[in-house]
Amino acid sequence: MSDKKFCIELKNLTKRFENTLAVDDVSFNVEENEFFTILGPSGCGKSTILRLIAGLEVQDQGEIIINGIDCSKMPANERPVNMVFQSYALFPHLNIKDNIEFGLKIKKIDEIEIKKRVDEILDLIKMRSYINKYPSELSGGQRQRVALARAIVNKPKIVLLDEPLSALDANLRIDMQRELVNIQRNLEMTFMLVTHDQDEALSISSKIAIMENGKVIEANTATNMYEYPSKKFSAEFLGRINIIDGYISNNDNQKIFKSEIFGDINLQNDIDIPQDAVLGIRPEKIIIERSSKNLENRIKTKGTVIDWTYYGDMSYITIELNNKKKIYIHVQNIHRNTLQELKIGKTLRASFDINDLIILEK
Amino acid sequence: MKKSLFYSPIDYARNKYLKYITIIFLITLYLPILNLIIFSFNDSKRNILWRGFTTKYYNKVFENDVLFSAFLNSLTIATISTIISTILGLTTAITLWKFNFYLKKYYDIALLFPIIIPEICMGISMLVFFNFIHWPNFEIWPLTLSNIIIAHVSFTFPFIAIIIRSRLTILNNDTLEAGLDLGANNIQIIRLIILPFVKPAITASFLLAFTLSLDDFVITFFTSGPNSITLPVKIYSMVRFGITPEINAVSTLLILILIFCTFFLIRYLSKNNKEV
Repeated sequence: MSDKKFCIELKNLTKRFENTLAVDDVSFNVEENEFFTILGPSGCGKSTILRLIAGLEVQDQGEIIINGIDCSKMPANERPVNMVFQSYALFPHLNIKDNIEFGLKIKKIDEIEIKKRVDEILDLIKMRSYINKYPSELSGGQRQRVALARAIVNKPKIVLLDEPLSALDANLRIDMQRELVNIQRNLEMTFMLVTHDQDEALSISSKIAIMENGKVIEANTATNMYEYPSKKFSAEFLGRINIIDGYISNNDNQKIFKSEIFGDINLQNDIDIPQDAVLGIRPEKIIIERSSKNLENRIKTKGTVIDWTYYGDMSYITIELNNKKKIYIHVQNIHRNTLQELKIGKTLRASFDINDLIILEK
Repeated sequence: MKKSLFYSPIDYARNKYLKYITIIFLITLYLPILNLIIFSFNDSKRNILWRGFTTKYYNKVFENDVLFSAFLNSLTIATISTIISTILGLTTAITLWKFNFYLKKYYDIALLFPIIIPEICMGISMLVFFNFIHWPNFEIWPLTLSNIIIAHVSFTFPFIAIIIRSRLTILNNDTLEAGLDLGANNIQIIRLIILPFVKPAITASFLLAFTLSLDDFVITFFTSGPNSITLPVKIYSMVRFGITPEINAVSTLLILILIFCTFFLIRYLSKNNKEV
């Protein structure tokens, strides 16, 4: 891993606003050409990190290294990053062309080059026919595109995106997510996005960092973050999960997790487990059993359906076990005639693979 | 057909009584002005009967040195005081919009005082103030106008500050940060973002302050001396000896200047209303 170049290195970054610690001793690295997402509930300090990198806020402590250059004390207008604001922040008195050209003209790039770059960008965002319009004449999605164009036309190493899609409606948001990913891949830039939307984070990022109360809880690739989270908070924040409470006992060289719901679960001996760990299982990893044969490595259970939410392609059901504990199951509606089984009050048998269990630190 | 209790705008336009009221309103509003303009061309010493068309009173206006110098004084005062109060108003507006400081809330309210205080009180206080500080009686023009200019700045700049500030409130902080992020320094942010953005408000408030200053009578009356007569003050003193068509002619000229300013303003603003 050491040969990979880091685009952004944050070291012990701390920022305090009056009485609240917005960013609390945060350190992480972002590799080149990554689509890095900071995910967290609102008010966790994720936007502040972005603003610190852009230089719009000054950190109390810590270092920000961009492309190997220490930018900790560099003013915002000299940093090699560009930002897409949540409110788009287009210049209301300039038309689309002048908005996009703004950064290039400040940098005194020659006219021919400006024209070439603006032309490229207009094709990329498919807004050539709007160059003479003003921001007030555009729709939300179009303003979003212009805001993105205004940032990437400067060819920065890093583009910072502060919840750029939060104001768009659901369908447009999904289209824009794909567009963002394509643009990022084509231009080979590092994108750093901040969002509170879990689905958005999973579907567009190559790497996700989860934040809570000013601290980065965990950072990993998108798939690993969902399939192998190591902290209870990140497992619960990114997608749904059934938490299995219990404790670990070491019996004759065999690690056993004594759970309240499923009884004893034998764990592999070679893995390192913290003493206060809990287990988790994703709802879609649990399947409904129609036969009663014994399966290897599977934990079986039985319960009554107490809640059923139908999503067309999926059904989200909650079943209550004999010991009054509840578990969530996500079922794909593969056949129409099996929907009957999911009705409230029906008894179901369900099972899941031991290998799908996630060990979570509290 | 059952009549609705609520009219749509189209219904209002169809209502004949409303039409009559509107016409009567417009006539009462503009007839005196029209009358003033028409009688400025009347070939008679008195303004009662029409005795034929002439432009001799306009010639008389331009030949009347006292009147012409009063007119020149008015224009000079309006131009200088408006330039000063535009600079003051702009900086005040930016300060109140961008910065937080001790007692800011009260400063905000104090800014309204020159607008709400009766002009007569303002005029007397100016008179007392200039006497109190022993403001010198300058002999050289345009220094003779200095106290009027100061008085005019003090009552016009709050209008400018308020108009510019209301425009600035729709320019949010993100926009300035975007400028910074795109590489602009503070001077470039002011020059390329803030100033072009408030330009329509600067123009509008400049013309408003200019017209306020040009036709101000009360405050000027108390601050003007024998060497600094302005046009409204001069007209007032002429009226005391009877209204001649000469006064009509001067007033018509004044109206024309103000109409020209307003026309320019409206054209300018409608050109810019695409933004925001």
